[in-house]
Amino acid sequence: MSPAMDALHNAQVMNRAALTRRLVAKLTDQAVIGGIGNTNFDLWAAGRRPENFYMLGSMGLAVPIALGVAIAQPKRTVIALEGDGSLLMQLGCLSTVAARGPRNLVIVVWDNGIYQITGGQRTPAAAARTDLVAIARASGIAESHWAADEAEFEALAERALGAPGPWFIAARIDDKPAVTQTERDPVRIRDAFMRGIGSRG
Amino acid sequence: MDGTPSVTWHGIVAATLRQNDVRLVTYVPDRVLTPLIAAVEADPFFTAFPTTREEEAVGIVTGAWMGGMRGIVLMQTSGFATLPNALASLACACQIPLVMMVSERGTLGEFNLGQAMVCRTMRPVLDALGIEHHTITRLDETEFIVDRTIRQAVATQAPACLILSPLLTGGKRFPA
Repeated sequence: MSPAMDALHNAQVMNRAALTRRLVAKLTDQAVIGGIGNTNFDLWAAGRRPENFYMLGSMGLAVPIALGVAIAQPKRTVIALEGDGSLLMQLGCLSTVAARGPRNLVIVVWDNGIYQITGGQRTPAAAARTDLVAIARASGIAESHWAADEAEFEALAERALGAPGPWFIAARIDDKPAVTQTERDPVRIRDAFMRGIGSRG
Repeated sequence: MDGTPSVTWHGIVAATLRQNDVRLVTYVPDRVLTPLIAAVEADPFFTAFPTTREEEAVGIVTGAWMGGMRGIVLMQTSGFATLPNALASLACACQIPLVMMVSERGTLGEFNLGQAMVCRTMRPVLDALGIEHHTITRLDETEFIVDRTIRQAVATQAPACLILSPLLTGGKRFPA
């Protein structure tokens, strides 16, 4: 068994809302792209920030959207928050990220092995014991890590916010639903985000 | 038309993108688009690179626009057919001036039935989503259509699609 697989199996099951709050507490001017469903609901619940973009569709595109922001604003760190099911829809984007090598991109994946919002069906990856960190590393993203517990998640997040990426950090999470839901006004969300990251006055 | 001396469709498109400060070009490759891809990749004004899927290219250009950089997505007809969800739930819902350029296959001498079938879905999908689209057939109209379409997309914060007809590009020929 590879070291990465050991890391997957040893990783503690944590809680997405709690980890999201820990991450958001570390942020200053970083942009955050929240993937659809519970990922962005918990981002919303962790406190509104003008630098957050909350997706309301286009499943799987959190990483590509974040890559686009990172290319347009190379001095700002951009974080993609994505679920395991969403990432599985767009695994090719990991090769694109590796090929571009954006130093200011951080990918955080919440892995609970289920399509939580559609009724908790198990993903094929969970059934096959697919290791998403091993996929990211094999795609060419050298800084790809499982967070073994909350303390390691915090340590990895601090490193990722301070050192050149791209970074890929995955955390195993439980099946607890989000505590609230994002307001569904996509034009307002997009406009607020653009003002928040200074591309619109 | 490839290789003609001074004025080519791809030369006009690259120059018009530059005039409109469209700096980011994401694409999924296509034979007909090859000279345009080569031109933007060779020009340091542009950041141009391939993606593994058209949806990904749409996401990147959307993010870049939100970050203050204009872009365009290049693809083939069959690639466009993978896009309706991303167009509806991202570009249309968020009012993103996503400019797409599609090399049209499936018509005017198509030899692959699959391409001919998928081509029939393109304009109905664009119409269903209310996305402005223009088919470019003539060299002398290329700059006007590309320029005005980019300007309108930005001004009205709406996605738009430019379709390159085989009448303009020569299309892909029957294999010998």
